[in-house]
Amino acid sequence: MSRAVTTPRFPGLRAWFTMLVICLEERLAYRGDFILGTAMRFLPIVTQVFLWTAVFAATTRTDIAGYSRTDIVAYYLLTMVTRAFSSMPGLSGGIARSVRDGSIKKYLVQPVDYVSFLLAARIAHKLVYYVVAVVPFAAVFFLCRGYFPSAPDAATIAAFLLALLLSFLLGFFLEATLGMLGFWFLEVSSIIFAYMLVQYLLSGHMFPLDMLAGVPTGLAGVSVADVVRWLPFEYTAYFPAAVWLGKIRGAELARALAIEAGWVVAMAVACRVAWWRGTRRYSAFGG
Amino acid sequence: MGRYLSIFLTFTRACLVRDMTFRTNFVIECLTSLGWMSMNLAFYLLVFQFTPEIGKGTGWTREPFFAFVATGLIINSIVQALFMPSAEELTEMVRTGGLDAVLVQPLDAQFLLSMHRVDFSSFANGLVGAGLLGWAVMRMDHAPPAAAWLLYPLLILCGVAILYSLVIMLAAATILLGRNQSLYDFWFYITNFSRYPAEIYAGPWGGLLRALCTFVIPILLVVNVPARVITQPLEGRGWALVGLAVGAALLALVVSRLVFQAALVKYRSASS
Repeated sequence: MSRAVTTPRFPGLRAWFTMLVICLEERLAYRGDFILGTAMRFLPIVTQVFLWTAVFAATTRTDIAGYSRTDIVAYYLLTMVTRAFSSMPGLSGGIARSVRDGSIKKYLVQPVDYVSFLLAARIAHKLVYYVVAVVPFAAVFFLCRGYFPSAPDAATIAAFLLALLLSFLLGFFLEATLGMLGFWFLEVSSIIFAYMLVQYLLSGHMFPLDMLAGVPTGLAGVSVADVVRWLPFEYTAYFPAAVWLGKIRGAELARALAIEAGWVVAMAVACRVAWWRGTRRYSAFGG
Repeated sequence: MGRYLSIFLTFTRACLVRDMTFRTNFVIECLTSLGWMSMNLAFYLLVFQFTPEIGKGTGWTREPFFAFVATGLIINSIVQALFMPSAEELTEMVRTGGLDAVLVQPLDAQFLLSMHRVDFSSFANGLVGAGLLGWAVMRMDHAPPAAAWLLYPLLILCGVAILYSLVIMLAAATILLGRNQSLYDFWFYITNFSRYPAEIYAGPWGGLLRALCTFVIPILLVVNVPARVITQPLEGRGWALVGLAVGAALLALVVSRLVFQAALVKYRSASS
């Protein structure tokens, strides 16, 4: 007796959903370690709050680069939210390792698109993270509510959410592309570390990028802040935070969102091209 | 003791041979380490563009503050070079059962797990820290007295001992949790509190945090006490802090040893 083979109505979507569920289960396997890691991410911000409070206590300024003491604290808290979307711990290293140890070859013979699988895994990673992190995030933001100006209008909130979503995609494609360099250089840990350094400094994670406006580059009339504006890093930390705080408005905001979307498309294309070209020159290692 | 010193020197020699075998990698590691440090120094220089001092009336103006940063670099480079590479391997050893092979060795497990790997590239930051310390001290208004120079290396050792004890406590947590990939993150976040002068922790919440990080997890004594000795006059409070740092270092070593031993008793092998 023959059995009719049923084809799922949306095979691609179903495979994608299965990948998401697998990744969710994997993330929850070591819950203790994961919760500990999530809670600890708030510790550096505490130091930054006290540092900038001490800086403002010792100066007669009421603001630094347009940021009052409360603005700076709010800025650091908002960059925590942005980094929760844009940071991709282990993504580049994981891809490079898969290339090096040969485990990437299973994606070449299975009907699974590797970049889509990575994206599903990362969405699962983030979803679990948000479920765990929402409680400490809500508690910290409630305790620090006095540092925030009054809530922005609906359009600004919508722009902020869009900027966050784009920062997730930008962070993903930036780091995935970086990991694909493993096809050309077997050991990319130094490149990844150098990227992390540049990213940490130029994304605005360390301080509001407006502070670089007065730092000269050596070129007449060009500050370090002007150079940073030409790079994609600011969209992974500074930009959404600055949007919420009302530092970027109107036509400038619309232009910046369009540039961010442009960077996402550019990096998605770069990632896909790196995958195609990389797999073409790939020689499988490992058993 | 002599046997352990001999074994440690053998480990050190083997690690040096390995590092020198992959010289380019060694140079890159030194450069990346220096890159991270330079980035932090750039941040501090930026901060001093906007203020003459960190905290009003604290005495942490530019040069004393950079002496503080240099002290932190020296202490952290020693810990990063001698203990962290071994501690980082522990999490996988516990998860895969590789720890069993260590436990059956006729050697102290804590010694083997915390000192079998030396990362020579981490000393690069320490060397720059020593140079930065010399630069900052020469530009300060007053030269440190001879007593301060004598106490400084002792207090550096105390700082290293406190951080080493923290590494051992985290290793114990790894054994108890079964896996602790956050070990290195936790190390980074907790030592983050020691990166700035204790005076910045002001106000009711700051005071509480300062007390917690001085008397419970004495992380604030690690850099603050040696840096204060070298940059500020040694007075009554300064001497009290020196005593506190020495006492905390000794206590931390003892407590971490006891916790580590207790964690080993609870260890369940993951291997078949």
